[in-house]
Amino acid sequence: MRPIDYRRASSFDDAAAGQIIAGGTNLLDLMKIEVMTPDTVVDITRLDGLSTIEAEDDGLRIGALVTNTMLANDARVRAGWPLLSRAILAGASAQIRNKATTGGNLLQRTRCPYFYDTSQACNKRSPGEGCAARGGAGRMLALFGTSDQCLAAHPSDMAVALAALQAEVEIRGAEGRRRRVPIHDFYRGPGDRPDIETVLDRGDLITAVVLPRPLEGARQTYRKVRDRASYAFALVSVAGSVTMDGETMSDVSLAYGSVAPHPWMDHDVVAMLEGERPSDALFQRAADRLVPDSAPHPDTDYKRTLLRRTFIATLRQLTGLGDATGTDIARTHG
Amino acid sequence: MKTTLTVNGRSHQVEHDARRTLLDTIRDDLGLPGTKKGCDHGQCGACTILLNGERVNSCLCLTAMHDGDDITTIEGIGSPDRLSALQKAFVEKDGYQCGYCTPGQIMSATAMLREVSEGAPSYVSGDLDGAALTDAEMAERMSGNLCRCSAYPLIREAILMASEAET
Ligand SMILES: Cc1cc2nc3c(=O)[nH]c(=O)nc-3n(C[C@H](O)[C@H](O)[C@H](O)COP(=O)(O)OP(=O)(O)OC[C@H]3O[C@@H](n4cnc5c(N)ncnc54)[C@H](O)[C@@H]3O)c2cc1C
Ligand code: SF4
Ligand code: FES
Ligand code: FES
Repeated sequence: MRPIDYRRASSFDDAAAGQIIAGGTNLLDLMKIEVMTPDTVVDITRLDGLSTIEAEDDGLRIGALVTNTMLANDARVRAGWPLLSRAILAGASAQIRNKATTGGNLLQRTRCPYFYDTSQACNKRSPGEGCAARGGAGRMLALFGTSDQCLAAHPSDMAVALAALQAEVEIRGAEGRRRRVPIHDFYRGPGDRPDIETVLDRGDLITAVVLPRPLEGARQTYRKVRDRASYAFALVSVAGSVTMDGETMSDVSLAYGSVAPHPWMDHDVVAMLEGERPSDALFQRAADRLVPDSAPHPDTDYKRTLLRRTFIATLRQLTGLGDATGTDIARTHG
Repeated sequence: MKTTLTVNGRSHQVEHDARRTLLDTIRDDLGLPGTKKGCDHGQCGACTILLNGERVNSCLCLTAMHDGDDITTIEGIGSPDRLSALQKAFVEKDGYQCGYCTPGQIMSATAMLREVSEGAPSYVSGDLDGAALTDAEMAERMSGNLCRCSAYPLIREAILMASEAET
């Protein structure tokens, strides 16, 4: 690890003085292997006002320093947005979730093995250097939204749930102004600069994530497929929320994880389901629409089948066509 | 730089480089080698400690960030003549082979049993209101602690025994 200067932020303005460190579970890991090499790290963990979850209108405002454990365990979240609890609990380990923060989780870097290996070319690590994954091993790479420069997937489980829940990210700019960006617009595709992953500018601090009001009675789940039963990143995941309006589906919201450089969503697929009666034939047709005809890397071709099956299994689970284990019902009063 | 830590009830001031992790501070500066370094990357759990009561991987903590914090290591939960319920159960049930992962397993399980008693859910819980300590729950909740010798069934038996001893 390269020498660093450590600074403890005492005001929001200090956050711009270097690379922010919060839980450190991703940054410190990457600093040790010199994939990230900041000169200065700024510890934001003692800043006031970032560690609480507060009611806002009918939703919740989650401070950026709220840990993954605190968020998953919060009684209001468990009741109103159970999908978010499940998704967080599907990620990492209890030890890591105790340190990982809401802001840091959103900004965790890809798990592409070439990004981690400084002897290999990687445009995300060093723009313009090339992409070793392209001709290499690529079973963790993305299916959607890739570019010639980078094929990597975003690994966060929490972010996929937040996308399905239509959350917003609250950002404080270096000049002190606050703005809110829907999760969907927060991440940017790799294009020709895969090192730039979000709309954050220099000096921006994530201050909170905001959840809109819960959907009473919505049936929610987070289905994660991985190489082992626990403590592994997703190969494919599906976050889903569906409300049964008598015999038909309403308020359908779906987001897909580990298949794109950011949580993936497809509005055409949702439109095919909204207002319809659930059936295997319909789910098959929706899967045809969702799943691409080819994969950007031969090693991720299997993700086309896996996504298709996970998507259908999730919808069957949520609509009562399949085993409902792992389904939670959102309630506004915990 | 200087950082003050309370470790196993005693206050220590350590002088260290900004890059130092809590794991290295605990083992090398404070001479408490019970906490183990397996991967140094958050992947194995051998370095698990309690930080202000919560289990964390000490290899992923910068010492500088923990000024004033309270730490418990395996040396702090029992001694050879006064073992904690979990330590006793691991001995009784043979919850190890080489023993390298054991301090991390015991620290992790110490916190895990408290989390379960407080009603914290896990990914495999039937609903999010909490769950009983089934084998599946234990496997999920302890998944952050790998055992290269694969002593998992006996580790779970030991944890179950300790949980019954406590209640
Ligand atoms: C072994 C292992 C397994 C894992 N498994 C999973 C998994 O299955 N699923 C999953 O989703 N995740 C997994 N993770 C990743 C984990 O969730 C992240 O490391 C964690 O969420 C990052 O949060 P942090 O607070 O520790 O971030 P840090 O490491 O502190 O920071 C990460 C990045 O965010 C920036 N940052 C942090 N806070 C802010 C802020 N408020 N404003 C602006 N920038 C900020 C930092 O500058 C840095 O670039 C795993 C990690 C490990 C080590
Ligand atoms: S896919 Fe992206 S992260 Fe992986 S080597 Fe290529 S440029 Fe780097
Ligand atoms: S040494 Fe810390 S998790 Fe492996
Ligand atoms: S007993 Fe050998 S690693 Fe667990």
